[in-house]
Amino acid sequence: MGDEGHRARVQDTQHVTRNTQYGIMKPSTDVGIVGYGAYIPRYRLPATEVARVWKGGEGGLPVTEKAVPGLDEDTLTIALEAARNALARAQIDPQLIGAVWVGSESHPYAVKPTSTIVAEAIGATPHTEAADWQFACKAGTETMQASIGFVASGMARYALGIGADTAQGRPGDALEYTAAAGGAAYLIGPAEESLVLFEASFSYVTDTPDFWRRPYMHYPSHGQRFTGEPAYFHHVTSAARHLMAEMDRTAADFTYVVLHQPNAKFPQRAAKMLGFEREQWTTGLLCPVIGNTYAGAAMLGLTAILDEARPGDTILAVSFGSGAGSDAFALRVTERITERQHRAPKTQDYIARRKEIDYATYVRYRKKLQMQ
Amino acid sequence: MGIARDWRLRSQRYALVGEICDDCGRKIFPPRDVCPYCAEEAQTPFHFSGRGEIYSHTTIYNPPAGFEEFAPYTVALVKLEEGPLVTAQLTDVDPQEIAIGQPVEMVTRKIREEGPEGLIVYGYKFRPRLQAA
Ligand SMILES: [Zn+2]
Repeated sequence: MGDEGHRARVQDTQHVTRNTQYGIMKPSTDVGIVGYGAYIPRYRLPATEVARVWKGGEGGLPVTEKAVPGLDEDTLTIALEAARNALARAQIDPQLIGAVWVGSESHPYAVKPTSTIVAEAIGATPHTEAADWQFACKAGTETMQASIGFVASGMARYALGIGADTAQGRPGDALEYTAAAGGAAYLIGPAEESLVLFEASFSYVTDTPDFWRRPYMHYPSHGQRFTGEPAYFHHVTSAARHLMAEMDRTAADFTYVVLHQPNAKFPQRAAKMLGFEREQWTTGLLCPVIGNTYAGAAMLGLTAILDEARPGDTILAVSFGSGAGSDAFALRVTERITERQHRAPKTQDYIARRKEIDYATYVRYRKKLQMQ
Repeated sequence: MGIARDWRLRSQRYALVGEICDDCGRKIFPPRDVCPYCAEEAQTPFHFSGRGEIYSHTTIYNPPAGFEEFAPYTVALVKLEEGPLVTAQLTDVDPQEIAIGQPVEMVTRKIREEGPEGLIVYGYKFRPRLQAA
C-alpha cells in the first residue's frame, strides 16, 4: 500500500486514538516526568590504558575514559541510587508507584528480578507491578514508553522506568574502550505534577543482526558490517525523522537533542544528519567522559539536560538498542523543573566525582581474575 | 546467616528502617524488641535519613571468610544524624581519605555473594557525602 492509501485508511479510523499515523504515540491523557535521577560510579578507566595494554599505545580512541563500577556495585545498586534520586526530586508517597520497571542487559541474576529489590528498597512493595525488561541498550527507554501508557490509562498514578547497565567488553575488543556502567530513573506521572511533559513518542524496530549475546556467554558478539549504517544510523534517524515529521517540527524547533551514544562520533554524526547544531547536543553528550552506559546512555544524557533545562525548553531524545530499534520522545519542560533540579545530586556531580584507575585495577574490579 | 534471616532483615538492610520509641521518642537502630533507653516494648517503624558522620574507623586487611574479594576495606562506627551509632563498611573511598567527623551518607551495595550459585546479599554501607550542587 502506498503512502496515500495508508493516509486515507488512517483518516477513516481516526476515532480510535488521537494520532496513529505511522505509529506516532500520543496518549489520550497527558502525562510527564515527575522526578528523574542519575547515577554514575566513581571509577574511570582512561581509553589510553586499554590502548597501552592491547595496542602498544597505538590507534584512535573512541572516548577519553569510561565509568567503571566498584567491587560492590551492580545493575541493582546503580538502578536503586538513580531511583532514590528520582524520588527525592518528586517527593511523592512511594506506595502510589504502580509499576517498577528496570531495563538492562546486565541484570545481577539470570532468574530473579532486579525490579522487586528496587521496589522493596524504595518502599513501593507490595501493591505494585514489577518487571525486568530487555532490549540491548533500548531496554531503559522501553520502560518509559510502557510507563506513559500505564499512567495515561489510569492503571497507575505513577510508574518508575529505569535503565541501568554494567556492560562488559571482551578484553582487547573495540567495545572494551567504551563498555561502561551507569543508569537513570524516571518517575512518570500526571501532567499537572510534571517537570517535563511528553508531547509525543515513537518507536521504530526491525530484525537486525548487529550485536547479541547467547545465554551463559560472558561477552557479547557483534556482526561487524551491521553495526553502523544499517543499525545505529538507520534506526536513530528513522525514529527521529518520523516523530519530527508527524509533529510538523524540524531540528530548529528543539532546544536540546540527546541520542544513544555508543561512542563520541556516532551521536554527533547522526544529530548532524538530522539538522541539529553542536550547541543542541553538547549538554547531553556524556559518552566521551563516561563511555557507553548501554541502557543508561540516552537516559543519562537526558538527566544531564534536565539538570540545566529552563521552563519552555524542548528536547528530542532518541535511544537505540541492537537487534534493533529506537524509541524517540519529544519533551517540553514545565515551570516545575526549577524547584526540583537541586533536590538530588546532578549528573555532572557524579561525573566530577572521579577516581582514575589503571588496567590492572580495572581487571580486578570487573572480576576478570580467576580466584578459585 | 540464612536465607530466611537475610530476607527478614531486608527493610532494615536496604533502606535503614529502624524504630522510634512510642514512649521516650528516641530513634532506635537496629530495630529490637524493647527500647534500649526506657525498656518500653511497642515501637513504630522509622525511616532514617541515612546521613551521619564517622565516629571511628578501622581498615581490614585480613577479612573473614566471604569478604576476601573486598579487602582492604574500612569498617566504621557511624553516628547517624538521628542519634544511633551504626557499624558499617565504608565504600567509594580510599583508606587515607577517611577522617573522624567526616560527613557520610547511606548507600545500598553488595555486601557479599553466597558463592557463584547462591544469593547476592545487599545492604547499607556509607560513603563520603555527595553534595548536590
Ligand atoms: Zn524508649
